[in-house]
Amino acid sequence: MDKNMKILVVDDFSTMRRIVKNLLRDLGFNNTHEADDGTTALPMLQKGDFDFLVTDWNMPGMTGIDLLRAVRADAKLANLPVLMVTAEAKREQIVEAAQAGVNGYVIKPFTAATLKEKIEKIFERVNG
Amino acid sequence: MSEAAGQDFSATLRSSAANLVSQLEAGNFTAAMRVIHEINAAREESLYHEVGKLTRGLHDAIVSFQIDVLSRGGAGDRVSEFHDASERLNYVIELTEKAANKTMDMVDDCMPVASQLGEAAEKLRGDWQRLGKRELEPGEFRELYRQINDFLEYTLNQSSTLHHGLSNILVAQEYQDLTGQVIKRVIGLVQDVEDSLVSLVKMASAVEDAAGISHERDQQGESPPQPQARNASGEGPQVNADQRPDVVSGQDEVDDLLSSLGF
Repeated sequence: MDKNMKILVVDDFSTMRRIVKNLLRDLGFNNTHEADDGTTALPMLQKGDFDFLVTDWNMPGMTGIDLLRAVRADAKLANLPVLMVTAEAKREQIVEAAQAGVNGYVIKPFTAATLKEKIEKIFERVNG
Repeated sequence: MSEAAGQDFSATLRSSAANLVSQLEAGNFTAAMRVIHEINAAREESLYHEVGKLTRGLHDAIVSFQIDVLSRGGAGDRVSEFHDASERLNYVIELTEKAANKTMDMVDDCMPVASQLGEAAEKLRGDWQRLGKRELEPGEFRELYRQINDFLEYTLNQSSTLHHGLSNILVAQEYQDLTGQVIKRVIGLVQDVEDSLVSLVKMASAVEDAAGISHERDQQGESPPQPQARNASGEGPQVNADQRPDVVSGQDEVDDLLSSLGF
């Protein structure tokens, strides 16, 4: 796994972005960037050669699930690995995210170990 | 109270009806018209009575909500309790955000100290073990002595950084107490509003009964909201996840669900 990969963290709460960024830093990923909803994230992704997207679901403006769908619909971004980190815990929502092409799903509150495990699993599959 | 008024009216109606029939059978139309007029008067009286009560109830409910239109115009410094409640909830957001940031600031301060202590100890350990095996040259021993001295001094200094950070983290948890109090008050307000609304609805239906008003149930408004439409915007954290079959109760269930989908 490339520790210098460029990661975009999307969450409407700055504290949650900070927590995710700190955990990623502890895992050795320092090249992290932030956006506060899908509307700001999408243009960043489209021109920013990101390697990995970590997004919340419930956000004002454009939600995480809509962002995921927009990413999968964009030919340039279609293969971007996406991890959803969210408080949304309904079964049908998890199925919906899976159908929309999410690569991993972590529900809040989460631990550093869970985040690490899911990220490693995603890149195992992407690189393998 | 309203039932009593309703019963008065139905008692009047019952006795008048018998009277009306007998007058009609006797062919006494003037008397029959008078009976009809009396029924009408009784109905109106009971209706006015209920409407009056409804109005008083409404007034009381509004007063208990403490929505004072005049005070909102700026004449007084009291604001409505609803406005107050949303301000309180914003205050909760503000407090929790501050506490989270303060805690993370302290963690940012303490983490490097913890790793530097670990790194320095790791570095010393090698030489320390060689000292134990009597492998150190006198020059190296003097160097080790100096390094241990530096390490002790650094530890002494930085332990206060750690202590300061940890006690600040502790103090930052006071938000729980403060936000708990605020949220409890807002819950109280919501319950008051609910109680008042329930009594308003009861009053309104009592008036309808008394007045004999019946209306078609609005069918259109009763179709349940489409779950798919709700999903996109999300529901936020689940408060009673373990009591809802449609909600997962932890990361393990998410993983199980995803692996059943071929993940």
